[in-house]
Amino acid sequence: MPERLLLLVGTKKGAFIVEGDPARDRWEVRGPTCEGWPIQDISYDAATGRLYAGGGSPWFGPTVFRSDDLGATWQQSSAGLTYGDDEAAPKISAVWNVTAAHGSVYAGVGPAGLFRSDDGGETWQHVEGLTNHPSRPTWQAGAGGLILHTIIPHPSDPNRMWVAISAVGTFETTDGGATWTARNKGVRADFIPGPPPETGMCVHKLVMAAGEPEHLYQQNHCGVYRSLDGGRQWEEITGSLPTDFGFPMVTHPRDPKTAWTIPLTQPDRGRFMPDGSAAVYRTSDGGDSWARLSDGLPQEDAYIAVLREAMARDELDPVGIYFGTSGGQLWASRDNGDSWSSISTTLPPIWSVDAVRIAG
Amino acid sequence: MVTVHLPSSLALVVAELPRVAQVEATTVHEVVRALDARWPGVADRVLEPGPAIRRHINVFVDGEPARLETPVPNGSVVHVIPAVAGG
Repeated sequence: MPERLLLLVGTKKGAFIVEGDPARDRWEVRGPTCEGWPIQDISYDAATGRLYAGGGSPWFGPTVFRSDDLGATWQQSSAGLTYGDDEAAPKISAVWNVTAAHGSVYAGVGPAGLFRSDDGGETWQHVEGLTNHPSRPTWQAGAGGLILHTIIPHPSDPNRMWVAISAVGTFETTDGGATWTARNKGVRADFIPGPPPETGMCVHKLVMAAGEPEHLYQQNHCGVYRSLDGGRQWEEITGSLPTDFGFPMVTHPRDPKTAWTIPLTQPDRGRFMPDGSAAVYRTSDGGDSWARLSDGLPQEDAYIAVLREAMARDELDPVGIYFGTSGGQLWASRDNGDSWSSISTTLPPIWSVDAVRIAG
Repeated sequence: MVTVHLPSSLALVVAELPRVAQVEATTVHEVVRALDARWPGVADRVLEPGPAIRRHINVFVDGEPARLETPVPNGSVVHVIPAVAGG
């Protein structure tokens, strides 16, 4: 059966669907959809064929859009997406991550919290166990706010899940969200004096290795890390990367030792690609070493940045890698990141990219 | 009966919501509830927790700025308008 390759692109001004030809050579941009709302994340639920897009409007608040026709039409609902009417309850400003798994849909929001929908995004329930974690009173916002930006369901155990919160860290549940355990041991928090705390780490992106659910990677505000035991212990693998700062990270669909990240200069030095020379970095040995990949990317005056959700990979062979910049450029590689070409230079600021393969 | 004028940007995201609606209500809050009963989702877009009218949404009753508890006499005209943003 023929297959279609879609890039789901969330931007400051709506969602775009970018469809590639089988050779991944030509791309057609469709959008903006979601009525031009700021969209932080778009994901595809392969089990139902439904797209979900999370975001938040400065006028109309946070919501999750859903589409059953690959983005041609959308409905939205935020029913239940609230911490309640108490005066002290935080007001949710946006949905930062939408992830479907095991028959449910999960939404990560800011201020940080997790919500679950069991009816395909029509209504939402607060996963209170995470908010009730004893560390909650100490949670502090990062530059992007206090946001739950990453949700990683265990591929086969519906009771296990990892989430990542800036600037708090990684948490794991093994009981379906009732209780959560901080998983930040070995991760630096250079901005907190004294011995490393249990939480307070500024994780920027958390990803799972292919086929090895206990094998995680993270790009942090303070370095790149791997864990081989589900996050119980982290080991820094920043190694030869030009900086220890960056946002996105993706893993290979079949090789657990291959992952990609995009180092940026430190926050007080601009948060752009070092020396204005664009590059993606790949490890093929689990983080022991890194290769700089820049063929086809601008090597001069490229003061561009890629945000935490704005890099993706497809499942083809060789693997396609994609990233969108906060300046609206969308780049693609169809050879594991070895060489790059531009899909568009004129989109709105890109906040998320996902790549999905859909039966034609 | 109260006449409510609604913004096009709201009608875009709430299924079948008209630009002008007639509802029975005696306060702004009742106006929103009545709209939400007929077109589910309106309240989530117009109200924030509290509840209160969202910060960047303005409601006017017969041309005067209103809050949720503002009375809406029979025959009033209510406007729901997104606030000006940007320069």
